[in-house]
Amino acid sequence: MTSASPGPEPLVLVVEDDPPIRKFLRAGLESHGYRYVEATTGGDGIAQASMRSPDLVLLDLGLPDVDGIEVVRRIREWSTLPIVVLSARGRERDKIEALDAGADDYVTKPFSMGELLARMRVALRHRARLRTGEEVTAFESGDLSIDLARRRVTARGKEVRLTPIEFKLLATLARFAGRVLTHDVLLREVWGPGYATQRHYLRVYMAQLRHKIEADPARPKHLVTEPGVGYRLRDD
Amino acid sequence: MTEPARPTPEEFLARARAEEERLRRAKFKIFFGACAGVGKTYAMLVEAHERKRAGTDVVVGLVETHGRRETELLLDGLEAIPRADLPYRGTVVREFDLDAALARRPALLLLDELAHTNAPGSRHRKRWQDIEELLAAGIDVYTTLNVQHVESLLDVVRDITGIPIRESVPDSVLDRADEVELVDLPPDDLLQRLHEGKVYVAGEIESARANFFRKGNLIALRELALRQTAQRVDAQMETYRLTEGIRKPWSVRERILVCVGDPATGVRLVRAARRLAGALRADWIVVHVETPGQLLESRSDRDYIVGILDFAFELGAETSVLTGLRVSDELLAFASARNVSRIVLGESRGPRWLERVRGSLAQDLIRRGRADVWVIRGEEETERSARPPAPIPAPSWRGYGGALPIVALCTLAAAALSRHFDLSNLAMLYLVGVVVAATAFGRGPAILTSFLGVVAFDFFFVPPRYTFSVSDSQYLVTFSVMLLVAIVIGTLTARLREQLRAARQDQRRTAALNRMSQELVARGSLRDILGVAVDRIAEILEAGVAILLPDAGDRIAVHAGDGALFGGGEHERAVAQWTYQHGKEAGRGTGTLSGARALHVPLAGSTRVLGVLSVRLSGSAAHRDADLTRTIQILAGQTALAVERCVMAESAEKARSEAEAERARSALLGSVSHDLRTPLAAITGAATSLLEDQQGLPEESRRQLAESIVEEARRLNRLIADLLEMTRLESGALSVRKEWSSIEEIVGAALTGLESTFGDRPVRVEIPDDLPLVPLDEVLFEQVVRNLLENANKYGDPSLPIEVAASATGNEFRFSVADRGPGLAAGDETRVFEKFYRGAAGTGRPGAGLGLSICRGIVEAHQGRITASNRPGGGAEFVVWLPIEGRPPRVSSEPEGDEKGAGA
Repeated sequence: MTSASPGPEPLVLVVEDDPPIRKFLRAGLESHGYRYVEATTGGDGIAQASMRSPDLVLLDLGLPDVDGIEVVRRIREWSTLPIVVLSARGRERDKIEALDAGADDYVTKPFSMGELLARMRVALRHRARLRTGEEVTAFESGDLSIDLARRRVTARGKEVRLTPIEFKLLATLARFAGRVLTHDVLLREVWGPGYATQRHYLRVYMAQLRHKIEADPARPKHLVTEPGVGYRLRDD
Repeated sequence: MTEPARPTPEEFLARARAEEERLRRAKFKIFFGACAGVGKTYAMLVEAHERKRAGTDVVVGLVETHGRRETELLLDGLEAIPRADLPYRGTVVREFDLDAALARRPALLLLDELAHTNAPGSRHRKRWQDIEELLAAGIDVYTTLNVQHVESLLDVVRDITGIPIRESVPDSVLDRADEVELVDLPPDDLLQRLHEGKVYVAGEIESARANFFRKGNLIALRELALRQTAQRVDAQMETYRLTEGIRKPWSVRERILVCVGDPATGVRLVRAARRLAGALRADWIVVHVETPGQLLESRSDRDYIVGILDFAFELGAETSVLTGLRVSDELLAFASARNVSRIVLGESRGPRWLERVRGSLAQDLIRRGRADVWVIRGEEETERSARPPAPIPAPSWRGYGGALPIVALCTLAAAALSRHFDLSNLAMLYLVGVVVAATAFGRGPAILTSFLGVVAFDFFFVPPRYTFSVSDSQYLVTFSVMLLVAIVIGTLTARLREQLRAARQDQRRTAALNRMSQELVARGSLRDILGVAVDRIAEILEAGVAILLPDAGDRIAVHAGDGALFGGGEHERAVAQWTYQHGKEAGRGTGTLSGARALHVPLAGSTRVLGVLSVRLSGSAAHRDADLTRTIQILAGQTALAVERCVMAESAEKARSEAEAERARSALLGSVSHDLRTPLAAITGAATSLLEDQQGLPEESRRQLAESIVEEARRLNRLIADLLEMTRLESGALSVRKEWSSIEEIVGAALTGLESTFGDRPVRVEIPDDLPLVPLDEVLFEQVVRNLLENANKYGDPSLPIEVAASATGNEFRFSVADRGPGLAAGDETRVFEKFYRGAAGTGRPGAGLGLSICRGIVEAHQGRITASNRPGGGAEFVVWLPIEGRPPRVSSEPEGDEKGAGA
């Protein structure tokens, strides 16, 4: 498998205190064409991030010295490099906090290598786009295609008619395709800052979108719910 | 002689118990004398000094020196407890301080004058009650007593000295003493000391001093004291012989039966019987026989008899009330059943001629029975007894006032009829008036009515009319007969009325009591039981009622009933606390802490005191009669029984749930160790196979090994997550964050999460498009949905779809997951939600049996419920109900026409 990112093999900084996890991450990443550096504490992680300027950071939230979320904040003070967070199940609040602090995505432990690599690819792609200033103009996955410029949506071979808000919601998800977007981010982007607490709006419009786009709204293939965190538009 | 030469087992046991009690109990010694001035206090102090020298912690509770120098000198060197000041009628009375003594807790306490009556406001009415409490607290007590104060000797002393003695000590207190030391002084020496002014005579007797301190009296009292002591020594000797098993012609244990019938002589009879029983060392039984004839007796007489039986009980007798047609039959039957050797009767006071006709009871008993019959000379008591008789309700003046109008009415009626009827018939009208007065007002007014009736009859109707003179002397006979008949009818009617009233009251009490016991049985919780008890007791006694139960620190507090009973502050509660700790009644109407506003009765369970029933009787009932006392005791007993049952059930329940928890813990350990080790073993096996691969396994095998590692790791992860979730649920650390959520979305998320497990397993989801948002915690509920789906996947037929449905009706949300599998075994409908429970079908399948109990935990945290049942046509269905509170917030809709999504 080859990396989607341009240039030489991307450098990944792994900030993780647990040796077995570091060990398997190293093996997995190197065998998939990544270069690997590691840090075992949050402080070391921040230092390495500035010195080695990696292409991506894999950050464990449960570090012995500094809170992982604090590490995200400190890195974001000077860098936009992609950060993917490793977090335990059942800690939805940690995930939201990390995303709010500027993390690009998260993976729930235990995770499979394939899942992790997919998240990393998405994060690297978005960062690359950000750097080049390239706009996302279209999205295509399975039976769904979205033309953002022309505001045209086709699902299961048919054109779908969307209301302005439905379209704005879908467009936002498409621009960050593959990444999870929290409820708050979506509400702010689509409805405006005053709607941050009105999650029922999001639920009602997401349901409408599912019914228009998905073949079986109860078993969605594109619009995936991350309970307690937000939504993701699948892009594989 | 067929009597066994050895003690019967019962006697032996009784002795063993008494011995044990004695060892545990504090020692009680009485310095006993014939009268004041013989040197009891002196002897007590001398011995106290000896004990002190021997190292005993001796403290003086209270010693009256009466200004005697030699006695005062002996007080030197002994620690004394300061007396308590009690305010009494404007002055201050200095009394023995019981609480200070209990707090000081000496090994030996000296407390003079056993017969002393405490000042009002003290805890107990009598000093011997103080001493009982001290002994119960484990403090040895020395005290002094004069023979004249022994209850059973009061009559004898009065006969000797002619002076009534008011202060007395029950014989049972004397019997309880471990040691009685006789302090003796010959009468001449005593008189000598008296003349020298060495003897101070207590105020009560001072006026009668000249009479009291006569040589004759002193000799008689001395003899009485000596005899009393000798009897005691004799009894000790006998006990010793019994204990040591020394063989000696074993005398038949005497049993005396005392029959009390006449209230007037009852107390005297009981005292005499007690002396006789003491002298013969016999058991004695005091009985009263109720016959139909006695139904005519007044209520106060009956109460009085009950009082006498109580009195006998206090003196150590067994008491009983027999019922029968003839007194002699009942007595003889009882005597033969209980092996009575002597029957004691009071002398009959009926007229001689009646006895001739009917035969006396004594003769009847002698003729037909085998026991000796003793008749004690009956002498009307001057003061009715040492015990307060039950109060006779004060006559109502209204009743007497009623006599006049009744007579007036009779006269008017007679006047109206006088033309048509004979004079003797008119007299009958007055008899009607008497019956009316007796029914309405009682005996006194009825008799007054009869007199007034005769007078009116004479004045208005008997010629010459309107004078009191009588022309024909035969009318005198009419008057006499009329008066006699009126009085008899009036008395009978009044008694009937009184008995009717009493019967009604009894009936009402009995009915309420029955209802109470039925209701108590029906109630399960302690709160309900206390509520019922308080309500019913209040109804029966027409009183304020509260029930107090102890807390963990043995401090009692009101648990049910009238808290205002304790509005008086800490004092009233302290009295109740005393009752609780000592298991004896206290408060109003008792000998202990009688200054309290309420009566406090212990709720005695089979092994300990459970609490206190406090009753505040109102008005006329404040003075307790014998019936009321018994009723209260029955009520307390009933309540105690119910409370004990409940407390026992509670502790049984606690033990059961502890056992349950223990079982769950061991199940957890078993399950965890098994379920954790199995995947670990599989992972280790697969990983080592890959690691130690020398021959180069085929690619397919390597892949299978790697897959099994992933699979088992997932299983392990799942188990740990469940355990963590369960722990969170059980520790209450789970916080439910309800939001208006979409069920479709949650089902979708759960199915997405299960993609890898389910593969292409068919699932049919039926969620109506218009299903409103439901308030729930979506993260937690997603887990419920996922667990139910996994469960259905595990047990259902994989070729048939799992059916998921949701609906909302009114304010309830229903969610169901159903499969087509073997369904649930009978009885599993609730058990499947228990921790670590795996149904019969579950054995051998993966999973720790936690999934469904986590579901239940989460659903219940949402105030909802979850059920499991079998579906018609096979398979199991799990249904979750959640309450919907409030309405989902409105989402303002967009203008539909402005669709920019359309291509343009």
